[in-house]
Amino acid sequence: MGKKKSILIVDDEQSVRDSLYNWFIEDGYNVERAENAKKALAILEADCYDIVLADVKMPGMDGLEMLKRIKFLREETIVIIMTAFASVDTAVQALKDGAFDYVTKPFDPDVLSHLIRNAVKQISLSDENKYLKERMGQLENVEDMIGQSEAMQKVLKEVANVAQSHSSVIITGESGSGKELIARAIHANSTRKFFPLVCVHCGALTESLLESEMFGHEKGAFTGAMYCRKGRFEMADGGSIFLDEIATISSKMQVELLRVLETKSFVRVGGNKEISSDFRVICATNRDLKQMVEKGTFREDLYYRLNVVNIHVPPLRERIEDIPLLVEYFISKYCASMNRPPVTIDDSALKRLQEFDFPGNIRELENMVERAIVVGNGKKIALKNLPIQQGIASSGTESLEDVEKQHIQQVLKHHSWNITRTAKALKVDRVTLYNKIKKYNLKQ
Amino acid sequence: MVSSSIDIVSFAYFDHSFTKRIADSVALEFNADVQLKEGHLDISDYYDAPRKQYKGNELLKSVEKSFSDETHKTIGLFNVDLFIPILTYIFGQAYLGGNTAIASAFRLSNARYGMKEDFELLLERMTKEVIHELGHTYGLIHCYTPGCVMASSTYVEDIDQKSTSFCSKCRGSVTQ
Repeated sequence: MGKKKSILIVDDEQSVRDSLYNWFIEDGYNVERAENAKKALAILEADCYDIVLADVKMPGMDGLEMLKRIKFLREETIVIIMTAFASVDTAVQALKDGAFDYVTKPFDPDVLSHLIRNAVKQISLSDENKYLKERMGQLENVEDMIGQSEAMQKVLKEVANVAQSHSSVIITGESGSGKELIARAIHANSTRKFFPLVCVHCGALTESLLESEMFGHEKGAFTGAMYCRKGRFEMADGGSIFLDEIATISSKMQVELLRVLETKSFVRVGGNKEISSDFRVICATNRDLKQMVEKGTFREDLYYRLNVVNIHVPPLRERIEDIPLLVEYFISKYCASMNRPPVTIDDSALKRLQEFDFPGNIRELENMVERAIVVGNGKKIALKNLPIQQGIASSGTESLEDVEKQHIQQVLKHHSWNITRTAKALKVDRVTLYNKIKKYNLKQ
Repeated sequence: MVSSSIDIVSFAYFDHSFTKRIADSVALEFNADVQLKEGHLDISDYYDAPRKQYKGNELLKSVEKSFSDETHKTIGLFNVDLFIPILTYIFGQAYLGGNTAIASAFRLSNARYGMKEDFELLLERMTKEVIHELGHTYGLIHCYTPGCVMASSTYVEDIDQKSTSFCSKCRGSVTQ
């Protein structure tokens, strides 16, 4: 049993108040009594009561007027109206004004028990709902977005700032860097969080399919359209729509999208009725949209319409200090899903991960950790469990010069072309490194 | 134990063996010294003509006033249809954490529901009701443990579902 609920009894007859009081305290409820509406409202202003049992006919303010005022004070208070003079009109009015139930005095003990049980159930469901909504709001940013690096902290700050607005957002970053997660975090931290976040992977759909996906279609709009179907924009009403790989949409769709963004209304495929929807657009791309605009492959007006706020997600190689945290997170995630005790990671394996370039970014790291847990000994992830233990992949047929060139290039990239740090890592002096760069014609 | 003395005061005609067996069960359950007494009240004073029932609140007050004191617990036994203003009927009632309770056999009899009288069943129901109401005087509230005598009962069928004993938690509270 949870915390016992509180009940306020409002009736001008003392015998009724006392009878109910004795009945409810035997059930363990916290009970208070009031002989008129005025006193009851004063009690309710000072303190919260879960349930109010109120008589209709009382001198001064009647129970129905009091019901309205209670609902104004605290909407979620459950009010049960009691009366000795049953009338359909009063009952209907009470229920219309938000009463939970309406009972005629005297009632069977069983009716009273059921009534209170149902009210308590309703309160518990409402509390649970409130709690889950709060939990939902906390889910995204805390658990799934990991990063202590300066670059990631900057992104998280941008997410927090932008979430509260309704502006369009473009998230840029390499494939696997966590763009969708950022979109989810923006949505989850916004005022739209109780409405849907609808995701559309533009690159996975052909032009005609994308059109019917986005705008929906009427029955018979095309062969196979047997039913009327809501589009993604319609489904996102009140919430957000996440358009992944936005750079892949055709020029025709770019025009359509621009129109929808400007008017927030559209027509289903095969239909003629204008449908309005209130949504926020969040886009993601791994391509340089600005360059595409310059080349004329992406509409400039659409670009500016979408690019109100730009969030760039740094690739994993630019935030290697986050790798230990991410590894720890993925280990606990996969060990829990595989019902295994938590494993640890060898220092050499972790060091190797921090040296690796991760062209597939966090997605690649996650897959590596998952694989290592599966193939490992169940206690510790060792270097041999990682598919990158040999260092830079080699086919075994390259010349010594090829391998040297490749290795220097790799280390330079790892140190963001910082010559001093690269030379130190390669254990050569800076002049030698410059000579090698010149020799192999290496460019940033 | 807060109070180890209980008076069972009969205000109706009950066979001596009936009240004696109830007293024995109460003594066992509360580990108390139980006295069987007879009381006299003009219960017509408590009759509510429009409802054709007897006022439970008033009877409880009178038993408290005339037959009870702070040195022991008292329960009055009746055989009339009891009610409180808000409910159509009650089996009994008590002052929570007080010294006085009442219980009535009126609605516990099988004959009341058109069935064949069953003396043993009536005795069992009345014993449970007496222990239940006395439990309230020891401060116990309704219990959700299946079978505990302190479970809430709104129908006789509910009374039949529970035992004559406290669950361990309620017993612990009574013997504290």
